[in-house]
Amino acid sequence: MAKKMAIIATKGTLDMAYPPFILASTAAALGYDVQVFFTFYGLQLLRKDLSDVKISPLANPAMPMPVSMPVMVQMLPGMESMATMMMKQKLAKHGVASLEELRDLCLEADVKFIACQMTVDLFEFDKSEFIEQCEYGGAATFMGFAGETDICLFI
Amino acid sequence: MNFDKELNARNLSCPLPIVKTKKALNDMTSNQVLKVISTDSGSVKDMAAFAEQTGNPLLAQEEVNGEFVFYMKKK
Repeated sequence: MAKKMAIIATKGTLDMAYPPFILASTAAALGYDVQVFFTFYGLQLLRKDLSDVKISPLANPAMPMPVSMPVMVQMLPGMESMATMMMKQKLAKHGVASLEELRDLCLEADVKFIACQMTVDLFEFDKSEFIEQCEYGGAATFMGFAGETDICLFI
Repeated sequence: MNFDKELNARNLSCPLPIVKTKKALNDMTSNQVLKVISTDSGSVKDMAAFAEQTGNPLLAQEEVNGEFVFYMKKK
């Protein structure tokens, strides 16, 4: 029987969006059955349009910066967009796939995406803004699968 | 070495060489050989790990002019 992996994706920033999709696509390539449960800010990763997924240097002191920047400068308007643009350029330059590409590879490999219904209700999200390939469920739905897994990660 | 299909995974970073290898193998038949060319140094260990975990034997691997070449047989 195939091994199983479950991931709980709770973050919606560019840097934290990569690990769930990288690990899920890799595990699927290795023959794992994979499910990813997207909850709280992680739900942003299921939007059809991922262009709002950003990275902020603020409160991210480990983020390598080309020049060191005081926090007072990091909080200036436009800094987040600039950091996001620079990070995307860096990712592309190093041949790292875009989030959209990785997500598509996951879907192609039958990774199952579960969107947290409670989060959808809490933030009054419009389901039409999310990709059609996700299912909606709660913690109990996810536990049914997670309880049987070989690897279970909270990201 | 003879091969049936070639995958150009140059300038791709983890996990793309592995994921694309898997996709290429999906379209092949048993005992056919896939040649993969990668420039990602991490793929050397990853391809070995992929071979071990999926049971598709890695027949040979070499480094040619800074590129990593793998020959994998589909099980």
